[in-house]
Amino acid sequence: MDWKRVNAPFDRNELASLRAGDRVLLSGTIYTARDAAHKRLFEGIASKAELPVPLDGQAIYYVGACFKDGRPISAGPTTAMRMDKYAPSLYDNGLAASIGKGDRGEAVYGAIKRNGGVYFAAIGGAGATYADCIKHSELIAYPELGTEAIYKFCIEDFPLIVAVDRNGGSVYGTAK
Amino acid sequence: MKTLNCQQIADAVCSLTEACGALTPSCAAAMKAACEKESNENAKFALETLLKNADVAKERGLPVCQDTGMAVVFVKLGQDVHIEGGTLFEAVNEGVRRGYSKHGYRASVLDPVTRVNTRDNTPAVLHIELTEGDKLEIAFMPKGFGSENMSRLFMLTPSEGIEGVKRSVIEAVKAAGSNPCPPIVVGVGIGGTAEKAMLTAKEQLLREVGAPSGDEILAALETELLSEINALGIGAQGFSGDTTAFAVHIGKYPTHISALPVAVNIQCNAVRVAKTAL
Repeated sequence: MDWKRVNAPFDRNELASLRAGDRVLLSGTIYTARDAAHKRLFEGIASKAELPVPLDGQAIYYVGACFKDGRPISAGPTTAMRMDKYAPSLYDNGLAASIGKGDRGEAVYGAIKRNGGVYFAAIGGAGATYADCIKHSELIAYPELGTEAIYKFCIEDFPLIVAVDRNGGSVYGTAK
Repeated sequence: MKTLNCQQIADAVCSLTEACGALTPSCAAAMKAACEKESNENAKFALETLLKNADVAKERGLPVCQDTGMAVVFVKLGQDVHIEGGTLFEAVNEGVRRGYSKHGYRASVLDPVTRVNTRDNTPAVLHIELTEGDKLEIAFMPKGFGSENMSRLFMLTPSEGIEGVKRSVIEAVKAAGSNPCPPIVVGVGIGGTAEKAMLTAKEQLLREVGAPSGDEILAALETELLSEINALGIGAQGFSGDTTAFAVHIGKYPTHISALPVAVNIQCNAVRVAKTAL
């Protein structure tokens, strides 16, 4: 199967052509956030506070990396389902893509459809591979959260698969 | 009588943490076999990526997965061993603290109520079994929580029998779906009390992947359940496919006349275990 090259942040028109099952090599800039950071972003949106990261057209990667000497050395995806409570609000406020592992709940499918977004699956367990694709990393917010802080990653050729597309198409069959 | 110093124990645990850098040989072999026979294109892509990842991790000395787990440490302590210079628990934590910080393994442990991270991945979860002799055996398992979160405990009634056991295991695997990073290893503990069942399930994950139970009835049950689980078609990463589980490992312990506890503890595709003896 051919790889599609895609850059983040996204051009929505480019995203529109992605279909579940497409293999994607993602390059550009993405932000990390997992459980604790999502709770803060979600509360920030609810209280109309200024967020520490831009959302419009951006991708959020569900990851808590291993760092050595300030560099990520293993950075695979974490279970996306745990972010399902927060994700619709982020998509509704401009987020174009999330990257994680495992299927999403109905509310997230709905948010992806109404916003023309996408959910990419990274391969859970392939932490070394993804760290190898991170060319630069910068701490952006919530340093007190340790590995759960928000980082900006400059990435090159992240191997992903389109897991949920804007039409609600999905690579998950019997799995929920 | 043998005397062991806490420093020796901490050094041993520190070395064992390097398990985070590689799949066990039996896991790598199971993954390779699954990849070769996989008929679903997306699942094959996942398995190929994971095999390549294991090579990258090994060559570059990187953690296979960023979830370097909560450190679960099983100690078999000979009754003729005397430990000096502190407690066994402190020694194990010192080893975890040093190993994780030295290699840049992730500090994933926090207070469950305040959610404040301890920053050094301690404390470990330590299970101690007293045995004969003067050896101290240590098994280290960095347990990731994508899979740990999918654990299930079923307190069945005796009337539900082995059919109930099978139904429970299948229900747990189905409910886990794509979340525990399949292909998985399914640890099952039958019997005991609630906590004994779960500990028995977890102990089965220390076995080499696919090594059958020494009990004939359990070994047959393992084979039967593995084929039922793979027939679910969840597949690698939940992308559908032929291999949802590499293996089912079942252990048992006597239980009460009123009960039939069944615990399911799931291991993700990155089986990382190391053992040593002092």
